[in-house]
Amino acid sequence: MSLSAKDKAAVRDLWAKISGKADDIGQDALSRMLVVYPQTKTYFSHWKDLSPGSAPVRKHGKTVMSGVAEAVSKIDDLTSGLLNLSELHAFQLRVDPANFKILSHNILVVLAILFPTDFTPEAHVAMDKFLSALSLALSEKYR
Amino acid sequence: MVEWSDSERSTIASVWGKINVDEIGPQALARVLIVYPWTQRYFGAFGNLSSATHGRTVLNALDKAVKNLDNIKGTYSELSQLHCDKLNVDPDNFRLLADCLTIVVASAFGSALSPAVQATWQKFLSVVVAALSSRYF
Repeated sequence: MSLSAKDKAAVRDLWAKISGKADDIGQDALSRMLVVYPQTKTYFSHWKDLSPGSAPVRKHGKTVMSGVAEAVSKIDDLTSGLLNLSELHAFQLRVDPANFKILSHNILVVLAILFPTDFTPEAHVAMDKFLSALSLALSEKYR
Repeated sequence: MVEWSDSERSTIASVWGKINVDEIGPQALARVLIVYPWTQRYFGAFGNLSSATHGRTVLNALDKAVKNLDNIKGTYSELSQLHCDKLNVDPDNFRLLADCLTIVVASAFGSALSPAVQATWQKFLSVVVAALSSRYF
């Protein structure tokens, strides 16, 4: 299920429309992840406040979305483009890769909320494929 | 046994009350068929039956779950038999439909689908998905 030229164009198109709100998207997606999938809180036990929209959540949402932005720019070769991020997640953070799916789902929910007309089924499938490919690239160094 | 708090019960009733089945059902099904194209396989046999009609059918079935929160598994026993024994639907596809439904509801509700409401809604859908899958094990 690799990204076709059409998928990449759709992702770039959608990204152009949404990137202005990247920080909001990141904060909202992360907030939802922590509430809807409480098991994910395990990775953030060092934060003082895990509630939706809190300062650490907002800050980390930005970090996550700048990773997504980087991935968009490296969409033609995600695996080599995201090697450093993969090492970070595999060796330091040791995030269970199952959580990539969870965060991806919440990013899609936020896109549907913030951009209901732009997030067409066609944009949805392209974005879903892109986030899956991104997750796979992040998992590259795990074993 | 699934436990529902009073606040979860009222959230589910309130979300369901605002959902326009005639719109959301077809939209969710159309989205599943585009985002997860292998699911089209299950609808080939329907031939002329429009996915709009089937979208409404699927969503109307959720009404039974909403009205029987304390016995969703029992309420869906026949539907589970149909999907598992007759249609042979891989249960992972129930989860895919549930995810698409959440996204369509998110489009319609906007920020009214707060993180807490999303959590309750997804809990409800996962109970429905489990009930539909129950004939496999």
